[in-house]
Amino acid sequence: MTERSDMFDRLKGLIEPFNKKGVAVTDSTTFAGDLEWDSLTVMDFVAEVEDSFDIVITMNMQAEIENVGQLVDAVTKLTD
Amino acid sequence: MTDLFSKFDALIAQREGLLSTGVMDPFSLVMEEVKSPTVAVVNGKETILLGTYNYMGMTFDDDVIAAGKKALDEFGAGTTGSRVLNGTFQGHKECEDALKEFYDMKYAMVFSTGYQANLGIISTIAGKGDYIILDIDSHASIYDGCKMGDAEIVAFRHNDVEALEKRLKRLPADAGKLVVLEGVYSMLGDVAPLKEMIRVSKEAGAMILVDEAHSMGFIGENGRGVAEEQGVLDDVDFVIGTFSKSVGTVGGFCVSNHPKFEIMRLVCRPYVFTASLPPAVVACSATSIRKLMHGGNKRAHLWENSKTLHKGLRDLGFQLGTPEAQSAIIAVIMPDLGQGAMMWQALLENGLYVNLARPPATPAGMTLLRCSLCAEHTAEQVADILDRFERAGKAVGII
Ligand SMILES: Cc1ncc(COP(=O)(O)O)c(C=O)c1O
Repeated sequence: MTERSDMFDRLKGLIEPFNKKGVAVTDSTTFAGDLEWDSLTVMDFVAEVEDSFDIVITMNMQAEIENVGQLVDAVTKLTD
Repeated sequence: MTDLFSKFDALIAQREGLLSTGVMDPFSLVMEEVKSPTVAVVNGKETILLGTYNYMGMTFDDDVIAAGKKALDEFGAGTTGSRVLNGTFQGHKECEDALKEFYDMKYAMVFSTGYQANLGIISTIAGKGDYIILDIDSHASIYDGCKMGDAEIVAFRHNDVEALEKRLKRLPADAGKLVVLEGVYSMLGDVAPLKEMIRVSKEAGAMILVDEAHSMGFIGENGRGVAEEQGVLDDVDFVIGTFSKSVGTVGGFCVSNHPKFEIMRLVCRPYVFTASLPPAVVACSATSIRKLMHGGNKRAHLWENSKTLHKGLRDLGFQLGTPEAQSAIIAVIMPDLGQGAMMWQALLENGLYVNLARPPATPAGMTLLRCSLCAEHTAEQVADILDRFERAGKAVGII
């Protein structure tokens, strides 16, 4: 469980610079709805996450990721 | 009942909002007469065309028209069939032969449009478990080709060699990889650093597809495109192109040296399950492609036009998509859609047609007035164009 919360914290840290509206970030926070990110912001953020973890998040995967919790799970799986 | 159209409500509202400000609908313009590659009649007014893809002005070429008329007489109006059944006529073969010669490549396959060429080739060659690595600003037909296939899709920042290289290195070494690039990106008219991109792609063991839609006939010593210009055409596995730009007709193609390329004719669905191009179109296209091989003088004039327009617009104070003219497309960046539409209309009222482009077709949410030059624009027309930009820009308050 602590591993998951570590991952959550790391990703939350990456989200913050893009969190212009200061939305409280939880597992259920959605990128399009709550954070109101447009496709450009999403691209910059994905590149940031990819470079931080040295992974590739394919567009196929991105299509399935709507909220922070799903991102935490996806990145956890990719870095396993 | 759920109205399936309710998902378009936001777009409908945006469009109505725009039209209610009194501007004309930029997306329903009609060319009442077309007088030449550079002049048409719009709303009863003679208008200079600066927003077509008729880069080399081949649409009214005498030889091209004569070839089309002859084919229409001899082979009829249409083929009524797929390329793999009854739809391959002499003209289709001649068109493919002309392409092989033009690119100096072994294989050529003609599709009914460039959109279908991308759709077909990309979705067919990259399958389940393979990776497609593409520039984030790729054309819709490239994205749709990705969507239609089963490969994993990886995007990288526009024209960023390092971002491409990093992603390639993170992919499984033994997975099949297709890197998809464009020579000229059609929204801003900027050119890709193909040489470096192709080098890092080859190092990662990827195959490379380059869409040269906007560079054919114009860029490169023989008009083969940006890959030729940068000396890396031999390293490109597949070149995609279209007849709807410099060639001046309609149709699409892929050329390649891959020894097994011919199998595509049997497995590529957008090639198989649609009717082939009409005889007149392939006859016009083959003639045009052959003439483009010897278009050196026209190419030089088109470069002059492009450079003159770029410098002129910059000097007038417009914000442009590239620091210098890199292609025959000069993109003028508008502050927003509303002012872009006003400027577009003011230009049209001044007898000048340009392309209004807006998201999602444009990168970074920009509204653009895209100007594309033609080798048939005279120096006087280019001066005239700048004059009209100045008048419209001042009237709308953009400069
Ligand atoms: C980069 C690019 N690829 C492909 C196409 C599709 O070409 P066509 O008009 O032949 O369908 C276009 C033009 O719209 C394009 O700009």
